[in-house]
Amino acid sequence: MDSALATLRLMAAEPSFALAQALTGLASASSLFLVAAGLSIVFGVTRVVNFAHGSFFMVGAYLAVTAIGWLGGGAAGFWGGVVVAVLGVGLLGVLVEVAILRRLYAAPELFQLLATFGVVLVIQDGALFLWGPEDLLGPRAPGLRGAVEIFGQRIPTYDLFLIAVGPVVLVLLWLAFRRTRWGVLVRAATADREMTAALGVDERRLFTGVFALGALLAGLGGALQVPRETANLHMDLNVIAEAFVVVVVGGMGSVVGAYLAALVIGVVHAFGILLFPKLTLVLVFLIMAVVLVIRPAGLLGERGAASRQGAPEAPLRPASARLRWTAAALFAALLALPAVAGGYVLVLAVDVAILALFAASLHLLLGPGGMISFGHAAYFGIGAYGAGLAWKWLAAPMVLGLAVAPLAAGIAGAAFGWLCARASGVYLAMLTLAYAQIAWSVAAQWLAVTGGDNGVLGLWPAPWAASPAAYYYLSLVLCGGGILALRLLVHAPFGQFLRAGRDAPRRAEALGVAVGAQQWLAFIVAGAFAGLAGGLFAYAKGSVFPTYLAIPRSVDGLVMVLLGGVQSLSGPVVGALAYVGLADELARGVALWRLVLGAAIIVLAVAFRRGLAGAVGDAAARP
Amino acid sequence: MTLLAVDGIARSFGATVAVDGVSFGVAAGERVAMIGPNGAGKTTCFNLINGQIAPDRGRVAIDGRDTTGRSPRALQRLGVGRTFQISQVFASLTVRENVQAALVAGQGRALSPWPPLRRREAAAADRLLDQVGLAGEAERGAAALAYGDAKRLELAMVLGQGPRLLLMDEPTAGMGIDERHALMELVSGVVRGRGVGLLFTEHDMDVVFGHADRIVVLHRGRVIAAGTPAAVRADPAVREVYLGAEAPPCA
Ligand SMILES: Nc1ncnc2c1ncn2[C@@H]1O[C@H](COP(=O)(O)OP(=O)(O)OP(=O)(O)O)[C@@H](O)[C@H]1O
Ligand SMILES: [Mg+2]
Repeated sequence: MDSALATLRLMAAEPSFALAQALTGLASASSLFLVAAGLSIVFGVTRVVNFAHGSFFMVGAYLAVTAIGWLGGGAAGFWGGVVVAVLGVGLLGVLVEVAILRRLYAAPELFQLLATFGVVLVIQDGALFLWGPEDLLGPRAPGLRGAVEIFGQRIPTYDLFLIAVGPVVLVLLWLAFRRTRWGVLVRAATADREMTAALGVDERRLFTGVFALGALLAGLGGALQVPRETANLHMDLNVIAEAFVVVVVGGMGSVVGAYLAALVIGVVHAFGILLFPKLTLVLVFLIMAVVLVIRPAGLLGERGAASRQGAPEAPLRPASARLRWTAAALFAALLALPAVAGGYVLVLAVDVAILALFAASLHLLLGPGGMISFGHAAYFGIGAYGAGLAWKWLAAPMVLGLAVAPLAAGIAGAAFGWLCARASGVYLAMLTLAYAQIAWSVAAQWLAVTGGDNGVLGLWPAPWAASPAAYYYLSLVLCGGGILALRLLVHAPFGQFLRAGRDAPRRAEALGVAVGAQQWLAFIVAGAFAGLAGGLFAYAKGSVFPTYLAIPRSVDGLVMVLLGGVQSLSGPVVGALAYVGLADELARGVALWRLVLGAAIIVLAVAFRRGLAGAVGDAAARP
Repeated sequence: MTLLAVDGIARSFGATVAVDGVSFGVAAGERVAMIGPNGAGKTTCFNLINGQIAPDRGRVAIDGRDTTGRSPRALQRLGVGRTFQISQVFASLTVRENVQAALVAGQGRALSPWPPLRRREAAAADRLLDQVGLAGEAERGAAALAYGDAKRLELAMVLGQGPRLLLMDEPTAGMGIDERHALMELVSGVVRGRGVGLLFTEHDMDVVFGHADRIVVLHRGRVIAAGTPAAVRADPAVREVYLGAEAPPCA
């Protein structure tokens, strides 16, 4: 706080300093705009939120470094390299569209998001393989290396160039959309997709073209970033989280909105770093919250697009005698496990139990709630930090820590869910992801409290639960109990009305049901159970790290639910089992495991949408 | 005091004036039909009365209490039940559970965590399903219902909440002629027996003239005639604008 005040005083005394900071913010806004504009255009026409858009940005940066290296120094080499990078990324975009997205246009959003996340993983390992793990320092732009003095402040010339790029691209896009036949088609498709299809427009070519344009813009953003920052393997997820915020604030499908939002976010970022260096993302989050409360569809957006649900679910049936007996037998077998299995198996079994509860809590939102939560790791991680920090700062015993975990995560669920209940479909997915990213950044940056990347170390279960077998039983009881409680809730009026509100919200409201409140409560419940899983995980591992809240952990949850099948209550358990087995094998046996996992996710999203439990159910139902 | 009083409500969508100063009333125990050609503004009127959308101007009152702009939920608490033109049922619940859900919601217990929905109010739900002729379908998923049956199910759900004012948007669409009259007889029985006010729209003139105590005729968002079936049948404006000048309606 003191430093924030000091900075403010400095800016008041020296306004030119504030100006310099604003210009830095505007320069970052340009590349953010390039990424967000592509994302927004692609969404407008195809209704697909492309998670891999940040990967295009990253590949653009890497390709530019490499191509400029090949072409040699000098202006021709630099700009030639940028052009090569942009074209290369455009080609990559076409490849992704034709090979994967084309098969997913009619699928529920969740599968599109997941498939494109699979692409993220594949590209991550691809980049690691091609360019190695080290950050790559790119060349400075020839002719733009110096700085210009404005009101006594030295502003890098390249920043001024970047500031100009934003409006220039904006105007070019505007001209392309207004003055070319192709642009008119794109606008028509954005406004009314069925209409354009009815007019006999070749949708396939239009979609491929739009996707290529989006990729080109992201690639350009990445390539132009080379003189400002090193190309690294974290660029993809960093930029996509911010681009999601920009697109949501600007309004999905609106390029001008994306520009305005990028300016706001860029400038807030630049000042935020000076004033509250630890909390820049929290500031961004607050802006987004304010905008969404006032304008739920963003600054210039139309109403949020209705969410596409898959085929209606079958009614829930009470557990059959066979299922009850199977569950009882399974439980008995699990009770006997410590007698026959060694420590390693018990540790794995604890992981499976915890992840099954995590997946089951996510399933409450995804399945019965019909709400895409793409940042569910936030609750898991907040639960883990709740337990960890209670131990670190209050010396709380394990039992108290395990009570704090669901409480803290439930409160987070209340806070995030309150805002999320205003959004639906892809907006919701992007918001939940952005929240999780913010929670992650707080955990990683608030060194004094969380220990930053070093995490919280040295947690130890209470003496009575310290042996592997004892901790296994504790996890079994808490996770099994949690999963059972979630199952009962889904069959109760609470869960049935969650499904009802998803099926026919207007009907539910007219019957006197507060659908929004119901969904909000679901966020709280799901958050609390995920938090319990996180707390158990913290004591199982003895430590808490920011990775517990990171995007990959959220995707783990989604993959587990999808492996098991969204429409099946036993899905999360089956999914967790399959996933832990798969991940364990992969991590030990395969060098490029992200690539394999990514490919598996893509195949899952494209070909096996009903999951393992669904596929098994089909096989069982077949005469 | 009339149960429902609508006073000069209006609503536009962009340049389209969907409802343009409509006034009428419905008394307890009275059946009022609202008719008019496609796009006359009937569904929009329902949405305005039921709080689905807010009027640009005008007033809606229930029992003399101003309810303009109140939410559908608030109106449900005041005893307003509604069925939709495109019937809305809970596709992933069984037919019986749909009615059970309506009953549980009527008691304000939609958030209850225990016991399962399927064990609540099952007998009452079956009685309602029997009334609307869906007893045989109770165990099926509501997604599998035929169009007319979905309308019946919606009616059972709404009746289960014991409404005082019933708004039904094309309740008999998708049914055969005999079924239509049977369904309207059922509704008329409820209206008479419990003193419910009924407002319904319908394109089948047989149903309208057979089951309405009064008729309000809407055309391009305005009321062009209102009164008893006999008066409306004789009204030259109605015959000209709505029913076509030549043929007398419902000979
Ligand atoms: N949400 C909306 N947005 C734009 N226009 C609308 C909307 N709802 C209704 N309209 C327009 O208002 C007018 C009245 O529609 P409304 O649905 O009320 O007619 P209706 O009498 O119920 O017709 P029908 O007999 O076909 O059901 C129509 O021109 C319709 O296109
Ligand atoms: Mg209508």
